[in-house]
Amino acid sequence: MAAKGKDPSPVQDALAQPESTAVLLRELVAHLRQNRTQLREEWARRITRAQLLTAMTEEEIFAEATSVYDNYVEALETGTFEALQAYARNLSERIIPRGVETHEVVGIVLLLRDVLARSLFGKYHEDFDKLNRILDAYEPAANRIANTVAVGFVQERERIIRQQQEAIRELSTPVLQVRERLLILPIIGVIDPQRARQLTEQLLRAIRTNRAKVVVIDITGVAAMDSNVANHLVQTVEASRLLGATVIVTGLSPEIAQTLVTIGVDLSEMATVGDLQGGIEEAERLLGYKVLPLEEVTPKA
Amino acid sequence: MEVPILKQGHYLIASIQSALTDADLSQLREALIERVGKFRARGVIVDVTALDVMDSFAVRTLRDIAHMARLRGAETVIVGIQPEVAFAMVQLGLTLKGVSTALDLEEGLLFLDQQAKLRVERGTGRIDRG
Repeated sequence: MAAKGKDPSPVQDALAQPESTAVLLRELVAHLRQNRTQLREEWARRITRAQLLTAMTEEEIFAEATSVYDNYVEALETGTFEALQAYARNLSERIIPRGVETHEVVGIVLLLRDVLARSLFGKYHEDFDKLNRILDAYEPAANRIANTVAVGFVQERERIIRQQQEAIRELSTPVLQVRERLLILPIIGVIDPQRARQLTEQLLRAIRTNRAKVVVIDITGVAAMDSNVANHLVQTVEASRLLGATVIVTGLSPEIAQTLVTIGVDLSEMATVGDLQGGIEEAERLLGYKVLPLEEVTPKA
Repeated sequence: MEVPILKQGHYLIASIQSALTDADLSQLREALIERVGKFRARGVIVDVTALDVMDSFAVRTLRDIAHMARLRGAETVIVGIQPEVAFAMVQLGLTLKGVSTALDLEEGLLFLDQQAKLRVERGTGRIDRG
């Protein structure tokens, strides 16, 4: 407690009037809002100097800088970060397709943090204890903001990658209809449990949609046949049968045929033909098709 | 919940409308076997389109129906197994081995017609698959 009448030393003064964090934050937020224009410009200049966000034009950088700055200050003011998180995801969704990288996003947020901190140094440099208290209020909030934005960006990237992976998986196992009630599924590459599952689900849906009675699964392009892949194949054949479709497996090399027999896979439910052509011909026979060459039309005498 | 069983010519059609308890399934089995004898049915169709899950008891009951019906001279077809159900069944190792299946009611009736035709032709000692 300060004794009345005495000359209060700065330290005693500080102890006599400890401001709450909320009060300090309000004070520094007011300062950041007051100097908004010049601080924002300074930040944009430093972004360009550090050669960040090269994928964007200066106008775009300025526009985004404005909303980042405002969101930053608002997060400091309210102490809540949901709005900032939502903004970060939204921003990421826009800039990721432009080719902006993680280090750039983290970089610009840290630059803003630095620009604002230095501005605070400038304002309170004469009152070291006040500066300390201001920084005590600023630092945790600023760290949290940088964290929120970086994490939001990374989460958005991961979401996009997952989406792309799913799209690639779908593309890589096309189910093709070549005749009424006849589907062909050419399998190429590595079959892991996830792909096998996706493949089977896709095929079953296609059988139902196209009312297929025969499916030809060609495994010429399958990289490796082990007991797991063989089991996936058997399961796919069984499940197809439950939907009323007959499966013909084609493209078994002599090695794969030997592997299947050695493993002891139950082949009783699986019809196999050596190559795709033979498989399609057999399928057509099952469906009651007959392919004939067009007859020559001879002119009458 | 009793499953409605319709008679269409020489065929019996049981259309399952919703999930069935074990007791319901057993009751369905009894009802079908009784009617196969009563109407001298040649075919039985069990439509499971409405089921989005089938456990081992349901699968066993369907197999029992098929076997018992065959003993009484009728061919059984299970129709309408949903893709998700088929997938789950094979993963759990629940098979309908030896039981005919078809995509839907229409396909099931076609199948029974074909089977009937084959039986008649075999009986006359002549097979014509024109």
